[in-house]
Amino acid sequence: MFKKLMLLNIVLLLPMLVWHASAQQDNATVLESEKGFFRLSYESQLDPIVINQMHSWTLHIDNANGMDVTDAEISVGGGMPQHNHGLATAPSIMAIGNGNYHLQGLRFHMMGHWELELNIASGGVEDKVVVILDL
Amino acid sequence: MKLSFLFSYSRTFPAIGLLLLVGLLSWLFLAYKPPAAWAENELRLIASLSLSTLQPLPLDPSNRASADPVAQELGHALFFDVRLSANNQVSCASCHKPELRFTDGLDKAKAIGQSRRNTPSIVGLAYSPWLYWDGRRDSLWAQALSPLEDPQEQASNRMYIARFVTQDPEYRGMYQSIFGEVPDFSDHSRFPEHAGPGLKTAWYEAWEAMSREDQQLVNTTFANVGKAIAAYERLLVPAPAKFDDYAAALLDDQKTPGNIFSNDEIKGLRLFIGEGRCMECHNGPLFTNFEFHNTGIISYPGDLPDRGRVDGLREVRSNPFNCQSIYSDRDPEKCLELIHAREGVELIGALKTPSLRNLSGTAPYMHKGQIKTLEETLAHYNEAPFAMIGHNETEEPLGLLSFELRQLEAFLKTLQAPLEIEQRWLQAPQ
Repeated sequence: MFKKLMLLNIVLLLPMLVWHASAQQDNATVLESEKGFFRLSYESQLDPIVINQMHSWTLHIDNANGMDVTDAEISVGGGMPQHNHGLATAPSIMAIGNGNYHLQGLRFHMMGHWELELNIASGGVEDKVVVILDL
Repeated sequence: MKLSFLFSYSRTFPAIGLLLLVGLLSWLFLAYKPPAAWAENELRLIASLSLSTLQPLPLDPSNRASADPVAQELGHALFFDVRLSANNQVSCASCHKPELRFTDGLDKAKAIGQSRRNTPSIVGLAYSPWLYWDGRRDSLWAQALSPLEDPQEQASNRMYIARFVTQDPEYRGMYQSIFGEVPDFSDHSRFPEHAGPGLKTAWYEAWEAMSREDQQLVNTTFANVGKAIAAYERLLVPAPAKFDDYAAALLDDQKTPGNIFSNDEIKGLRLFIGEGRCMECHNGPLFTNFEFHNTGIISYPGDLPDRGRVDGLREVRSNPFNCQSIYSDRDPEKCLELIHAREGVELIGALKTPSLRNLSGTAPYMHKGQIKTLEETLAHYNEAPFAMIGHNETEEPLGLLSFELRQLEAFLKTLQAPLEIEQRWLQAPQ
């Protein structure tokens, strides 16, 4: 009986989960900065992102006109606001050309809601992108 | 007056009795009502804890001998060899006792002297980017070198050990097979009997009198001793426990968990992944994130509060045998854990999350054995006391009821399993 109910649950929930995951994916990979100066997309070396594993991301930054931003100064911060703590590591960022950046040294050490803050400065303006991750 | 007292007494007494009965029944109901079915997100969390999701142990790029079978044999012999200590009585196994899951049952380790902290188990540690409670080493091999020279532990010195291992008739051949050339330490004017930096005056002076090249040759040999011991320690990984059987049956549609878990164990697991908030740190198949947290553990009697990771981070960065050192086999630019280690006030008094697998055999608990039983450990997290230094990350008391703490404890005891390894590795080589 329990097994059947479980199966029913899974059958009913699966389409919702798939929809939810794809919606999250869209939101997460192309993001507009808070004041609209930049657009950021990212690709993680780990797909899906799992906890407790050191990995890197490739970021791409466009300006509002859709041009590559090649000279951005980016600082990384964030953490788990609900647990009042920061990132488990101190990641670094390096420009690799064509508006791409290598974000190295990420490791998330808990499951749950993470916010990765990227402060981007270029062309005399500063703006922030917050990447939300639910691990 | 008397009559009215009797009157009120006769009315109050049954009322109190009734109240007690209702209380008892509701407590029994809460404690013994059958557990509810698992929700989808709970199943996902349970799967993430199952040992079946543990990745095969990756090679350690800082140790080219990490998977060498001869290094495993040599490391096994060295692990149990008391001749690596100053008094010929202490080996790694004196504190990391195989019969106690590679711990010693003491608050703080006792070797030639007494150590600062509690002996952690080695089982599964090969997965950890950091060694020691404060993470002051970044590989198993670099860790293995410290006790050899620690005056409170084996109290020897690197010159003596490098010569001993490379000259011993039994070890010399194995060393050569693993690391190639065996160094020649026969010239006693260049290589004294005892020498090592930061040790007792005579040994330190002897070390300072050596040339830089000779020091490096000794250090390389000493590091190789650690690399062999690490190759052996990498064999010590946990085996599936009752929890893993339960998880496997639960997550497999073809099987049923049946009676693998009692109701208390099921409820304990639910608390573990939910209200108990244990998974914030004790996550993944080894039940640890190998990170550093301040959980308000009280100081050991007579000791100042432990600064933990703040000191550990400083030490690992300057350790001459770290991942970026010339004795490591890894490209220094790829030592990502070391390069990206975080700093900050959160790390004051923070110590490494231990695995919860095989807890029952490894009491006392915490970095100085301050807490003697699982029951007291759970009570500690339930209370979340203020930290003596830094800030207790757990913030708020859990507020779990006593029967819930019992259930959590029942669950934790399902993580017990003997190592799946040939018996010969768990004793000194014959």
